[in-house]
Amino acid sequence: MLSVENLDLFYGDAQALSGVSLDVPQGEIVAIVGANGAGKTSLIRAIGGMLRPARGAIRFRSRDIAGLPSSSVCDFGIGQVAEGRQIFPTLSVRENLLTGSLLPRARGRRAHNLERMFALFPILAERATQAAGTLSGGEQQMLAIARCLMGEPELIMFDEPSLGLAPAIVARVLEVIRELNRDGMTCMLVEQNVAASLRLANHAYVLENGAITLSGSGAELLADDRVRRSYLGM
Amino acid sequence: MIAELFAGVSTRARVLLVLLAVVMLAAPLVLDRYLVSVLILVCLAAYTGQAWNILLGFAGLLSLGHALYLGLAAYISAGLYVHFGIGPWLGVFPAVAVCVAVAALLGWLAFRFRIEGVYFALLTIAFAEVARIGFDHIGFTGGAGGFFLPVRSEDQGQWWNLRSGPTFFYYLALLLAAGAFLLCAVLRRSRLGHRWLAVREDPEAAQALGIHINRARMSALLLSAGMTGIAGVFQAFYANNLFPSQIFDISRSIDLILAPIIGGVGTLFGPILGAFVLAPLGEVLISITGAIGLNAPGTKALVFGLFLMAIIAGVPTGLWPRLASLLRLRSVGR
Repeated sequence: MLSVENLDLFYGDAQALSGVSLDVPQGEIVAIVGANGAGKTSLIRAIGGMLRPARGAIRFRSRDIAGLPSSSVCDFGIGQVAEGRQIFPTLSVRENLLTGSLLPRARGRRAHNLERMFALFPILAERATQAAGTLSGGEQQMLAIARCLMGEPELIMFDEPSLGLAPAIVARVLEVIRELNRDGMTCMLVEQNVAASLRLANHAYVLENGAITLSGSGAELLADDRVRRSYLGM
Repeated sequence: MIAELFAGVSTRARVLLVLLAVVMLAAPLVLDRYLVSVLILVCLAAYTGQAWNILLGFAGLLSLGHALYLGLAAYISAGLYVHFGIGPWLGVFPAVAVCVAVAALLGWLAFRFRIEGVYFALLTIAFAEVARIGFDHIGFTGGAGGFFLPVRSEDQGQWWNLRSGPTFFYYLALLLAAGAFLLCAVLRRSRLGHRWLAVREDPEAAQALGIHINRARMSALLLSAGMTGIAGVFQAFYANNLFPSQIFDISRSIDLILAPIIGGVGTLFGPILGAFVLAPLGEVLISITGAIGLNAPGTKALVFGLFLMAIIAGVPTGLWPRLASLLRLRSVGR
């Protein structure tokens, strides 16, 4: 569904990504794991149209989207749940959700999608008129996911969805991702929580210093010595 | 659409709003000329406050140069009237068009070169200053010596040329203020409004949702500039005199933004409340300094400054959110 080929990305002179290639097949969960500063967020931002890659192709449903603005990329059906949740704190929960439905692809069904989100996440219905900044961290993450779903994406890129959440909440967030995937959503998951994301993923890539150094199924990487040493502390 | 606006507004708030509308409509019947002129200032400040509030309160862009649009439109409409006999109802169109065009240029420069935050505010000041200095030297509209609209008794009552009495100007100002309020209320709930709010809250998150940041900002800037231009036309025909050193001055830009800041940036009713507090306060100050024979032209600025400091220290979100919760009118986002 999504394929990245030989992607190079620079911040000024500093190379953030070099020759990154990966595939996200339809209906799967693909994890990108790696340390802080490995280039995971840069990769998401390049795919999402927020950073312009220097070289390489990004194909979504066989359309080259490299260098297109995020408004187009989102409208093609690539949603992202950004790092640190990035909900709009002074807007109400309802208004936050509505900002997710501004894309032409989802505009017409916003009332319907709003109902769907409230059914999927009852806590958001309960807090619909509350300012989003007053929600707990876990609730904010649910809101960020629901807001992304309001845009009817076909692929969602999750950037560190477990960051800064209590362990019980992390399990719940990963469970939501698993449920979405079970209902057919293709997911790309970028995580520092390596063990959990490898267990969730069909396929995974290890990103180190801006380059893919290892790839395989989640189970293969979990069993790989290098991964166990570097990321799982074993 | 209007009915939808009142969804989620308490009965209490509706009653108060209707009451305010009735009082404002009836005011000229009972008040004398002077008090009507104060209410004109209130309505005008409420109107320009709404226009400016769209930019900062909704889209998150700080303009400290809105006098630019006020002055441009004032000069253009006055020039068309004096030199070509084109009345303000027609002149308002080219006047607003020029304001929008200048705002588009400013916006293009700012967004193209990623001039944000305080630098954007500096750019707006620079544009207004260029206009002030420029109009000082344009002989066609009187230069620094000022530009005067003829006030002839035989023109009196020509409402189509805005040559009417204070009651007419009052209702016109009231219409502008009420119209701007309704427009903002509609926009606040529209898709465009949601784009602005998202960009104001977090531009990166907005971008990640597929919102075109620059387009959202540009639309707010153009609308705000155009609306302020309409107030400029009103100003020209109401005051009948224009001086570049007054209408383009930074102090005028500050005057334009005090009402929404004191009332509550980003709220629908803040600019109105702020106008009701400030305009009468200014008049009271003038009469007090006059009564005690004090000749200190800076008094108003000084008192407003102190007042502003008190608001920022005490109720940084403005008076309206506080008043709304006191009156138990508060619901999220209003």
